[in-house]
Amino acid sequence: MRVTTRTNGDVTIIDLNGKITIGSGDIALRNAVHQAIEAGAKKVLINLHEVTTIDSSGVGELVSSYTTSTNRGVRLKLVNLPDKVADILTVTQLITVFETYDNEADAIAAFA
Amino acid sequence: MPGDHRFHLDLGSRFENIELVQVVLRDTLDQLGVEEDARHWIDVAVREAVANAIKHGNEQSPDKQVHVDLLLEGDELIIRIEDEGPGFDPVAVQDPLAPENLLRPSGRGIFYMKSFMDDIQYSPRPGGGTVVTLRKRLAGLKSLS
Repeated sequence: MRVTTRTNGDVTIIDLNGKITIGSGDIALRNAVHQAIEAGAKKVLINLHEVTTIDSSGVGELVSSYTTSTNRGVRLKLVNLPDKVADILTVTQLITVFETYDNEADAIAAFA
Repeated sequence: MPGDHRFHLDLGSRFENIELVQVVLRDTLDQLGVEEDARHWIDVAVREAVANAIKHGNEQSPDKQVHVDLLLEGDELIIRIEDEGPGFDPVAVQDPLAPENLLRPSGRGIFYMKSFMDDIQYSPRPGGGTVVTLRKRLAGLKSLS
């Protein structure tokens, strides 16, 4: 998986591209979120637009990212969920845990 | 031979080998004319099963292998994933939907397999290890003759 991090105002946006799966993508996601938090980010937006596959390890890392962020006073939201990513979060009732948005503008506005 | 849609793979216990299974599986399902949506969810279920075999079954031991077999019986797809680990008790798996488990970072793999396949069964592997058998009835298959 390819990960890039950028900012829009005071929001740190993590763009994920590829597979969030065991052994590679899951670790890349964990590292990106931890680096953002260590760098002082208080608002983190994970952009899933280019995610092609997610497995239970990837879902677990999203959950860990959420709990780690919340415990450290960081607000974390998800944007641009592909249908199949939304489906897999829905099946395990996690879609209600995350704040999700259909587009980046709405997600950033929701941080205000 | 025509209509002989099956494969057998012996894999080292490395996560990157999951991608090899995916390539062969996708090619087989494509030949069978399985539509994209169903293909994706079968992919996800098999990915979970192979990952479990590597991680929890074989504990990523380089001395142990994962064995994957796919066959078609009528319109039912049957995929067996075997590990060489110490065995597995599916009863001990916690419900990932229970409120106290909802935010756990792990424990959803088997739930996804159950959700996306018609049937999942565990059995001991002769000689040691676990066999997980996934079944999915496929609609609209291409003619296999």
